[in-house]
Amino acid sequence: MILRKRHRILVYGATGRQGTFWTREMINYGANVVGAVHPRKAGITHLGVPVYASATDMTSAFDVALMFVPPLSVKDAVIDACSAEPRLIVCLAEHIPSHDVMEMLAIANTYKVRLAGPNTAGIVTPGESFAGIMPAFNNRIFTPGSIGVISRSGSLGALACLNLTREGLGQSSFFGIGGDPIIGTTMREALELFDHDSRTSLIVLCGEIGGSSEEEAAEYAATMHKPVVAFVAGHAAPVGKKMGHAGAIINPNQGSYTSKYRHLEEAGVAVAKVPSELPHLVSSALPAHQPP
Amino acid sequence: MNFEEWVAKPLLADFGIKIPRGHVADNAACVKKQFQGPSVIKAQVPTGARGKAGGIKFASDASEAFEMAKNILAMSIDGHQVSRVLVEPHIDIRQELYVAILNDRTYRCPILLFSSSGGIDIEDTATNGIHSMASVHVNILEGLTLEMALSVLQGTILAKRHHHEVANNLVSLYQAYRSLDAELLEVNPLVISQDDEIIALDCKFTLDDSALKRQDWLSQQGSLDPLTELESEAQQAGLRLIEMDGNVGILANGAGLTMTTMDAVMHYGGQAANFLEIGGDAYTKAEKALIILLKHPHIKSLLVNFCGAFARTDVMTRGVVKAWKSLCPEIPIFFSIHGTGEEEAIDLVRDELGLDPFDSMDEAVLAAIEAARRGGEA
Repeated sequence: MILRKRHRILVYGATGRQGTFWTREMINYGANVVGAVHPRKAGITHLGVPVYASATDMTSAFDVALMFVPPLSVKDAVIDACSAEPRLIVCLAEHIPSHDVMEMLAIANTYKVRLAGPNTAGIVTPGESFAGIMPAFNNRIFTPGSIGVISRSGSLGALACLNLTREGLGQSSFFGIGGDPIIGTTMREALELFDHDSRTSLIVLCGEIGGSSEEEAAEYAATMHKPVVAFVAGHAAPVGKKMGHAGAIINPNQGSYTSKYRHLEEAGVAVAKVPSELPHLVSSALPAHQPP
Repeated sequence: MNFEEWVAKPLLADFGIKIPRGHVADNAACVKKQFQGPSVIKAQVPTGARGKAGGIKFASDASEAFEMAKNILAMSIDGHQVSRVLVEPHIDIRQELYVAILNDRTYRCPILLFSSSGGIDIEDTATNGIHSMASVHVNILEGLTLEMALSVLQGTILAKRHHHEVANNLVSLYQAYRSLDAELLEVNPLVISQDDEIIALDCKFTLDDSALKRQDWLSQQGSLDPLTELESEAQQAGLRLIEMDGNVGILANGAGLTMTTMDAVMHYGGQAANFLEIGGDAYTKAEKALIILLKHPHIKSLLVNFCGAFARTDVMTRGVVKAWKSLCPEIPIFFSIHGTGEEEAIDLVRDELGLDPFDSMDEAVLAAIEAARRGGEA
């Protein structure tokens, strides 16, 4: 599922400082925020929406749960949200213990709920809705169109969209998969989502060193009809150092830039050397009869 | 966070796994004095491949132990100076096994690896590839049961009479892995002694850094990464800095954008002096970050690249401007600013520093490389 305007969003932790700032931005943008959750603030109205103690107190359904919750509390919030069986949970927090993440994913899996993140900047569908901490409202960065963008990093994702928008290449959606080693929606799964999305004609992957998600995505990309273009960050990164993201580390036998670059190229994915090359590669790969 | 063997092994003992009764020494005289019979002397460093590096030796008498301890204590393995040795009684080994439990990034659950031929030749096997290993993925909500552990041992070259005891050890190891928030818990070798005892002769333990907050006691016991002076200063300020050899200083927000900025510097023929990220919650620390970065001796030009989402560019830029005006460094600075708060940020740079941020990252990168090449003259 890629976020649409009609999707109802429940925001956990919307009453905090950052939660308030970003929930307000989301509402102003047109996101369909239907409620907020805070265990001790039930009954009040915040930013014009009702606050509940738990998802189970809601009388109406919701499609997306967005988590502005501190790392060690996220697991409980995810369990709470899962019980209402939304379609998607977006998990923003960084530094959630990996064992908690694996538990969250196993639970979400039993409820057939998709999880995005953790350590994601969220999801943006330009002109419609967004859930997270991306500058969706900045029309120099995001503009509606047919390019699907997937990124492990929020800041790099924003830069990629900026480069596309500058050349008139709008986005169907931006999907932040997150910078953690263990995440709910992998790059390959996000690629499948965009592959099946009728509004998307081409997908831009923004990968980075560490793990094997780009290699796995490349395997899927080789089977796709829609073109895929990529950029992989970390070519200049030293071996064995965590580059800011918990997941961005080159081990002696896994996660190198070269491996990712090679796998993507072999799968027929054009790989940009710098993000500013993306628009040109995208324009060349776009089917001629489908103007962006 | 990694742990040396002498810290990690007693953690296993807490879960009922047998370990040798050893002692730690930081000088050879102490090893000689406490010598009680044939022993193994092991360098204590948070890295694999100690055996191959000559950091593990067998001593049959006290004077041999003294010489070996002296040699090992003078070694540096993988960049880690050996400051301690672990001395353990020699154990007669019937069979060496390999066991590890780690987070599987692809399957997103714990995976148990087992081999009936452990020992020095498969040091680092868990990270090197797992073919030739028996393995099982564990549903984290159910845990590793004795039945699952027994099934892993089926078909391996391990005498039937040991299966139950080894499986019990696997279950204990899994409990340790879960309680300790381990990213990796590896025992190589887990041995069957001539007396048919199952004993953990080594242990490699990596704690998930994201769990440090709830593993408070453990976080005091781990090995610290070898950091430069500036890197530790940054760490104390809650910032991730990695010093590199180049001369273009980089300040950017977010891990992905910071790496990309370094890549762009390399792509256009320059060399980055550092990785320094002020994204996420650290976006309010731009001033502190810049003060630390400007102590880097090789920086000839500074590149500030912001593409703000959560990290507001106005807040970060205010920090940069403040640090810049108070320190008045004699190197040129180049900006590229986009994203949340950009209008205000760009105005700040124009009004306070009299500079125009570049319209694209590439232009800023090229200008910073060129300035660094000229030796830091604007």
